[in-house]
Amino acid sequence: MQFSHKTFFSRFYLVLVALFISTTPAHAALTIQITTGVDGAQPIAVVPFAQDQVKTALPYDLVSIINNDLARSGRFAPMPEKDLVARPHDGGTVRFGDWRLVSMDYLLVGRVRQLGATNYEVQFQLFDVFKGEQITGISYPFVAGDTRRMAHRISDIVYEKITGQRGAFNTRIAYVTALAAATGKRQYHLNIADSDGFNEQTILDSSQPLMSPSWSPDGQQLAYVSFEEKRPQIFVQQVFSGQRQRVTDFKGLNSAPVWSPDGKSLAMTLSKSGNPEIYLFELATKQLTQLTKHPAIDTEPTWSPDGSKLVFTSDRGGKPQLYMVKLSRNRVVSRPQRLTFEGEYNARGVFSPDGKHIAMVHGNRGRFQIAVLEVESNTLQVLTDSRLDESPSFAPNGSMIIYATNRNNRGVLAAVSVDGRVHQRLEVQQGDVREPAWSPLTNAQ
Amino acid sequence: MNHKLLVAAVLLPTVMLSGCETLGGQDGGDVVVEDRGSQVDGGEGTGSGNDGATATGAQAGTAFQGHALDNPQSILYSKVIYFAFDSAAIRNEDRATIQAHAEYLGKNVRAAVVLEGHSDERGSREYNIALGERRAKAVRQLLLFQGAVASQLQTVSYGEESPAAIGHDEDAWQQNRRVEIIYKTR
Repeated sequence: MQFSHKTFFSRFYLVLVALFISTTPAHAALTIQITTGVDGAQPIAVVPFAQDQVKTALPYDLVSIINNDLARSGRFAPMPEKDLVARPHDGGTVRFGDWRLVSMDYLLVGRVRQLGATNYEVQFQLFDVFKGEQITGISYPFVAGDTRRMAHRISDIVYEKITGQRGAFNTRIAYVTALAAATGKRQYHLNIADSDGFNEQTILDSSQPLMSPSWSPDGQQLAYVSFEEKRPQIFVQQVFSGQRQRVTDFKGLNSAPVWSPDGKSLAMTLSKSGNPEIYLFELATKQLTQLTKHPAIDTEPTWSPDGSKLVFTSDRGGKPQLYMVKLSRNRVVSRPQRLTFEGEYNARGVFSPDGKHIAMVHGNRGRFQIAVLEVESNTLQVLTDSRLDESPSFAPNGSMIIYATNRNNRGVLAAVSVDGRVHQRLEVQQGDVREPAWSPLTNAQ
Repeated sequence: MNHKLLVAAVLLPTVMLSGCETLGGQDGGDVVVEDRGSQVDGGEGTGSGNDGATATGAQAGTAFQGHALDNPQSILYSKVIYFAFDSAAIRNEDRATIQAHAEYLGKNVRAAVVLEGHSDERGSREYNIALGERRAKAVRQLLLFQGAVASQLQTVSYGEESPAAIGHDEDAWQQNRRVEIIYKTR
């Protein structure tokens, strides 16, 4: 086993996971469960960190958060605390033989020191047990209020050092919930939560439907569709200040906003001409450029990560399918090329962060499932086995696709690895949850 | 019920004549041609149908004290048009209803409606909002051809966001693929 790390990781390169939590802690409104994991998760021991001169305990235990992150990923099998064979806190006291005996591949140890009233420092070391070597050793200062972020950051480092792929623990998910109010009317919330389901916050509350949240590339803003004036309009909201503005209110549809990779424009669907077409809206100048012109429905634009291509849904062939155009300086420079041919319905395409895959809603024989198209080989793989899936969104490291589905007559979120092997389920305590949008990686790394 | 059928039988041929060309395909229905001339022609052409609709309202009025739009015996009482999956084609059985509303709007020039397009939950949400709009515009187009004027008609699509029936089977879906004719003023 220990000899095969390299092969193991290349084989499971696409299996990487990045989410959520397996228990229901006090502040988690989203509950996350791994429903199908991968065989052969990596054994790792995370020893509770020493507390040096810590007079005020941290609000959360760093090591529990790290263990939860790693376990949830499906890639790691953290050793239960009660089974730990030793409790070293730094390299000087680690005896690799102890850990080899219990078949641990990796070991994480560390110390927390209190520096001031709310100031702390954490130092940690990650070891390759078989080689008997330190993989990395880092120390970070942090404030008590950032304890969870600090723990996710450590998880990200462990994950990246061992798998070679960036972690996505320090990210957020935006989603829409619909809850039946006492009046029988529905109440809609646009929420964000940490990728482990903690810190759920409602950033918009409306009695009218909310749709299509889309993160800006810097993770600071969300564009979305709100029906608050009884018609669909596009808004942009600062996630952390709550400041918002309506960006479009044309006659007809104002929908499907997505940020361009450079963050300067939104691609969107407008039907002001009488028919849904895709436009580019430059945020600074409010200049509109029409990108499609066809009497069919054209909607659901998605950018390739390098901004050179735009994929959209169109029923110009009679049924909704995905089409692609090439862009140069915000102008379409190619005829629309049809991308999907399998199944009678392919819509809501979204590019993977590396641009190699497009996830979509794939309808075949009355079932609507999440499928992924490998762009270069043009092969389509259906990843899910349900019948009412929609709204796929990639984790920013490309490991997982989060999507909305239906379970026991409730709207729930689920996630699947790009190879279809790892499945997770995310549920809110009440109501329906839909339209997940995974935030980009933050700059805080 | 008999009245409804009778009215439908009388109206159907005219409605089909005026409606088929524009609504049969997916394409033409979307590009709204604001051609007042042909609308007026359409309205006049269905004059005989107008009498039929009025007669129904008057008869029912003897038993029902209220507005024709609220009278369960009146064809104007139906204000929801249903569709097949991923389709905006108006079914024959709904043409009489649309005809009656078009004539009502033609005679009551201050009346105005919102045509609210909806879809079932299957497929993607953003495609569905476009589909709901296409359905609302198909109904709008037929209303225009049969006597309503553009200023009386407003369209909005909710896609799958505002279902009439909660459920995840064909029973619910068929109730949700609809256009609601909502009178703002009568």
